[in-house]
This record gives sequence, structure tokens and C-alpha cells, in this order.
Amino acid sequence: MEFIDYYKILEIQKTSTEADIKAAYRKLARKYHPDLNPNDENAKMKFQQINEANEVLSDPEKRKKYDKYGKDWKHADEFEKANQQQSQSRGSSGGKQTNRGEYEDFSGDFSEFFESMYGSGAGGRSKQTKFRGQDLNAELHLNLMDVYKTQQQTLTVNGKSIRLTIPAGVENGQVIKITGHGTPGVNGGPNGDLYITFTIANHPKFKREGSNLYANVDLDLYTALLGGDIQVDTLDGKVKLKIAPETQSNTKVKLKGKGFPVYKKEGEFGDLYITYNVKLPTHLTEKEKELFTELSKLRTNGN
Amino acid sequence: METRDLILIEHFCANHEIEFSFFNSLNEFGLIKIIVQEDNKYLHQEQLKEVEKMMRMHYDLNINMEGIDVIFLLLNRIHNLQDELRITQNKLKLYDNED
Repeated sequence: MEFIDYYKILEIQKTSTEADIKAAYRKLARKYHPDLNPNDENAKMKFQQINEANEVLSDPEKRKKYDKYGKDWKHADEFEKANQQQSQSRGSSGGKQTNRGEYEDFSGDFSEFFESMYGSGAGGRSKQTKFRGQDLNAELHLNLMDVYKTQQQTLTVNGKSIRLTIPAGVENGQVIKITGHGTPGVNGGPNGDLYITFTIANHPKFKREGSNLYANVDLDLYTALLGGDIQVDTLDGKVKLKIAPETQSNTKVKLKGKGFPVYKKEGEFGDLYITYNVKLPTHLTEKEKELFTELSKLRTNGN
Repeated sequence: METRDLILIEHFCANHEIEFSFFNSLNEFGLIKIIVQEDNKYLHQEQLKEVEKMMRMHYDLNINMEGIDVIFLLLNRIHNLQDELRITQNKLKLYDNED
């Protein structure tokens, strides 16, 4: 645990007045407030630091204690005890408060340093939920195949089981709102919502762009040259494809409707694009070399 | 519209200890839509989250109505851009680990 320089965080001097602190806090809060920086984890962290610094420096008692013992936080309690004994005051330890209440999701966390100096219940001025419940955020990691078909899944969020329908075709990074599954509202206010962000892992064979899929298929030299039938994998099973004679490497074919389901459009599918890679044979035998040499003589320009 | 989806503005104000005039200002600036039913003024539940944001901006950050209006327009733009970025990043994944 490290000492935190609250003056540095608020970009003010040790001699700053209450008004200076308030102005500095407001200026930085306007810059880093999570409402103004959506989906920015750095801003959220910075805002928590600013809040904590303001919590201490704007409260004369807390500021006094911080100025006196801040750097020696490890020994703050010993100093306090010694002081109390010297002045023979009836200092009560107060008991550590543990009930933090329900804070807004971006203003509730205090550092270990703060808690070691003031106790875990000392951040009492953070906003508590007064009406609408808090929103919750969850991340769901799935494979491509998990979102190929609409499926039901039970999630445990904050100790509560939620039955969830994951529509086929959800995209990587997409956020879905589950209304009313955040924390409960108070005084008749509605519950918060649950936001689920989907992280969908790449498939080893198929790449996805929206509802289209892309795959590479290897062709042996002879099938590419002379044509033939091959079987290729799709997410829907194997399909037979006719290869035209003299098919070049990097030739693309489109398999209509063999792609990924279109989000929220039941029964609609994108396309599957296949790119052929012609694989040249390796480890040629003497006989093969001989025959290829002969072939090469038939085409003197090499094409 | 069902009444259970409506929040009595007076009730909201009492809970948050804010003046009703705040809602009138938001309404004047076209930032919210106040629904009047039998002389009572309501807010649709869907707007609540945004209103709480506006409330924090106004009371915690000292931002006036004009500022809130501008911020919401810009936030909308940020959301759209973030969405576009997500789609573009997913497209770029097509070129990852190319053989």
C-alpha cells in the first residue's frame, strides 16, 4: 500500500483554501466524471481518485489528520493513541463501520490507504441510491458456436440467478440491456438495469464480419488443375463443392445463406465466402521431379 | 401508456431533494418530456436514467441547461462513434492471424 498525495491528485497546493479545493475538484470532476466519459475505465479510476482526494481535503477534520499523519500513515494509529494518552482524553475507538450503503457504481470505491486512515465506512458523503436502483454490468465470454443459435442461459449476477435468452447473431462487443435486473430501487423507484457485454472468441476456422463468414480451404494441385469435387465444412455441416478445372489460388466462392444468423431476424443468414489456397506438393520423388521437368518443357514461358 | 411506467415527478424530487423547477427547465430545453395526466406531472421510466445523469451534471458539476444540452448531443455522437469503432475493430479481426 502506497501513500497517496491528495494535493497532487487535485493539482493544488498544501496551502489551498476550501474554496480552492472545491474549484479544483469541480474542474477535474467535469473532466473525468463517468457520465461524461462513457466506457472509459481510466476516467472512472481517475474520478474515484479525485472523489477520494476531495472526500479528505474538503473535510477539515479529515484534512487535519491527513496533513498530520498522511506520510506516516503506517503509524497514524500509534500517534493517535499516544496523543490521547498524553492529553488523557476519553478517546473512543468508535468501532469500524462496515456498512457502506449502496453507492453509485462510480463513486463508492476508496483506496486501501484511505481505509487505513479513516476506516471503511468513512466515505459517507458518496451518493447513495435514493430512488432508481443501480445499473449492473456483466461480461459474458462465449464462443462463436454459442451464438449460432438462440439459446437460454442462466447467469448468476450479484448472487441472483437470471434466465437469459441470448439471440443468435450477437456480435463481439455488443451490449444487451436486461431491464430491471440491476439492484432494487428504493422508495418506490424502479430497479436498475443489467448490461451484458458479449465477448465472442474467434473461431479457429471461420472468421466473421457481421453475418458473413470467411474461411480458407486448401486445394491440392491436381484438383485445382483438373477440377473435381471436394467437401467443405460450414457451421451447418459439410457441403459438397465442384471445383472447376484450372482454379487459381485465392479464388473466392460465395455460399449463399451458409453464413451466420442475422441478429434478431429469425431464419435469415449471411453468406459464407470461401477462399481456395492451392497447396503445392512437397518432398517430390525423383519420378515426380522428372515428370514436372517434362511438363515444364511444354510451357517454355512458364505460364 | 401504462401508469406503472410513469414516475410522479414530485415523488422523484422529494427523494432527491431537488426543486421541481429543475424539471421545468429540462422540459423547456427539450431535454425531457413531461407527461401530464389528471393534473399530475409524470416522467416516463425510460427517461429516468438520463434525468439522473442530468441531475448529477447540474448539481454536482455545476453545468447549466445549455451545457447539458450540448453534452447530451456530444454523448450521442460518442455512442455512435463507439459503435462504429466496435464494428470496425471486428472487421479488422478478419485480418488477424492471417496465414
